[in-house]
Amino acid sequence: MSWLVPLPVVMPLFGAALTLLLVGRARAQRWVSITVLAATVAVAALLLVRSTLDGPLVVEVGGWVAPLGIVLVADQLAALMLVVSAAVTLCVLVYSIGQGMADGNEETPLSVYHPTYLVLTAGVCNAFLSGDLFNLYVGFEILLVASYVLLTLGSTENRIRAGTTYVVVSLLSSLIFLVAIGLIYAATGTLNLAQLVDRLDALPDDLRLVLQGMLLLAFGIKAAVFPLSAWLPDSYPTAPAPVTAVFAGLLTKVGVYAIIRTETLLFPGGRTADLLLVIAALTMVVGILGAVAQSDIKRLLSFTLVSHIGYMLFGVGLTTALGLSAAIFYVVHHITIQTTLFLAAGLVERRGGSTALDRLGGLARLSPVLAVLFFVPALNLAGIPPFSGFLGKVGLVQAGVSDGGVLAWALVAGGLLTSLLTLYAIARVWNLAFWRAPHPDMPEPGDGVRAARTEGAEQPHDDPAPAGAALPRLMTASTAALVVLGLGLTVVAGPLFDISTDAADDLLRRAPYVEAVFPGGAP
Amino acid sequence: MSPNLVYVVVVGVLFATGVTLLLERSLTRVLMGVILLGNGANLLLLTGGRAGGPPIVGTTAEEEMADPLPQAMVLTAIVITLGMTAFLLALAYRSWHLNGHDEVQDDVEDRRIMVLAERDEGPGTADPETVDPVPARAPDGRRVAAGDPGRTR
Repeated sequence: MSWLVPLPVVMPLFGAALTLLLVGRARAQRWVSITVLAATVAVAALLLVRSTLDGPLVVEVGGWVAPLGIVLVADQLAALMLVVSAAVTLCVLVYSIGQGMADGNEETPLSVYHPTYLVLTAGVCNAFLSGDLFNLYVGFEILLVASYVLLTLGSTENRIRAGTTYVVVSLLSSLIFLVAIGLIYAATGTLNLAQLVDRLDALPDDLRLVLQGMLLLAFGIKAAVFPLSAWLPDSYPTAPAPVTAVFAGLLTKVGVYAIIRTETLLFPGGRTADLLLVIAALTMVVGILGAVAQSDIKRLLSFTLVSHIGYMLFGVGLTTALGLSAAIFYVVHHITIQTTLFLAAGLVERRGGSTALDRLGGLARLSPVLAVLFFVPALNLAGIPPFSGFLGKVGLVQAGVSDGGVLAWALVAGGLLTSLLTLYAIARVWNLAFWRAPHPDMPEPGDGVRAARTEGAEQPHDDPAPAGAALPRLMTASTAALVVLGLGLTVVAGPLFDISTDAADDLLRRAPYVEAVFPGGAP
Repeated sequence: MSPNLVYVVVVGVLFATGVTLLLERSLTRVLMGVILLGNGANLLLLTGGRAGGPPIVGTTAEEEMADPLPQAMVLTAIVITLGMTAFLLALAYRSWHLNGHDEVQDDVEDRRIMVLAERDEGPGTADPETVDPVPARAPDGRRVAAGDPGRTR
């Protein structure tokens, strides 16, 4: 079954090439992308099943034996991440297709959208599967370069401005990562993660701390951890709604995944655990205070995104199986929910003509379907029982309480406070955008449809969105699918927690990973 | 292996100049900074492996071979840097096209807070909860006067 492992990387890359050849044939492009991503979901699900039953699956790329060649490893953590991200990317793709068709720009001008989107998926999958530090860097670069293109789509003034910050900050983090890789290679003579396990253990303590610090810094920027998070709320909201959604769901989580992987596999023992806990607390509280102060739905959601990264770091910083397991569960939950909320925000922008809270109102009456699509994931994010956000937070609180340290208790308190403030921020959006009387500037349903038809093809991809257009069915359906997926997480929470606990155990024991790559012991 | 002093000094100088340029406002200079930093990082990667003859079996004795892995990594990194340089150039050009300059601009939020601070008003004044959009429209489309008790928020 191990031949399945490279497919989540290879298929989107081939799909990207194919869609690039099909430029100008929007219909064919759409079908290729959907087929490829649907196949990726299926492969990822198979990988999850196999890795749960038989342990990690390993492929030596090109047939080169392990320490010489690059390995791809699908253990439970990687497979779980793959399943969730593939499902989410598929839903977002359908949403963006719905948006493109509704705007009537079948050909214009974004023939690059599909190829870039598939390359992004390939990069994300590569980062999850990589069993080699340099290959992880390549995966990051693939997804980042694709994200630069997606973020500056249409190259309007606003997007260029936001894109500049994003590109420069990402470049800096990549450089730090690259330097760390150079130093690690110089110190150990290998970059294979499984081989690094022993060799890093043999290094002097101070050197290890430097290497660990550099990796944490690089991944911290990508994951938007508090002092390094300023770029995120500025750059994400300017992108088209589906792009923001997929970035919010996946990109920061790849950073979190990299932190989990390196902190458990390469640098166990929790020397930076206290630092991580402090950063987690700051990320949670500062992030959510930012969200409370916002008056635009997209920016507000970006701040909640930063804030909730803190929950995942909380779990990682505890360095117990319980904490890690809860963190993994929380990552799965957050990928789904944050993406759903951004998609719903995109629908709000379509219906209300804006995402600024002072220009919205009465959406609950004007568009009950939209209200439900926003309300359910919003409560889920805030952690209202019985949604998965509640279960994830309960897991983290349990882990914190059983740890019992002062810092852990402080984080439990911080986590509950953040949850409460998230509810406040979300309730504010609900009151202003959905419950109060409709704003006088709000477009009537149908206004925008006519406007969109008359402007027709010159209209750049969703910028500005044709205000007041009735919600396109495909967009609503894909958002609804993600809402249902989010609710499904509650239903399958039991088995999901089992998987995440297994994954956390394997991560802490380290041996299963090393044995899978080197059945005869590391050279 | 023991690192070569010349290498280390060159890497240091490249990093220092790169960081200085990265802190500039003009995107073109930032780009120069990124290129210098990238080259510094590539050289640093190279110092990680052993220097020696071409690593091809039959041409060099095994103990005199150079370590090929850092070279392979540097090649990859060079390609990535090249792509990034092209993209940043395009960004800078587009920014110049749109604004007449290529300077990295402030965060929108930062600028708003700055303007408010200059006017000596708290950021709270822009809050939609305190500035209610009047007149709101009643369900039947009739304008409702401010302060009307029937108005819902």
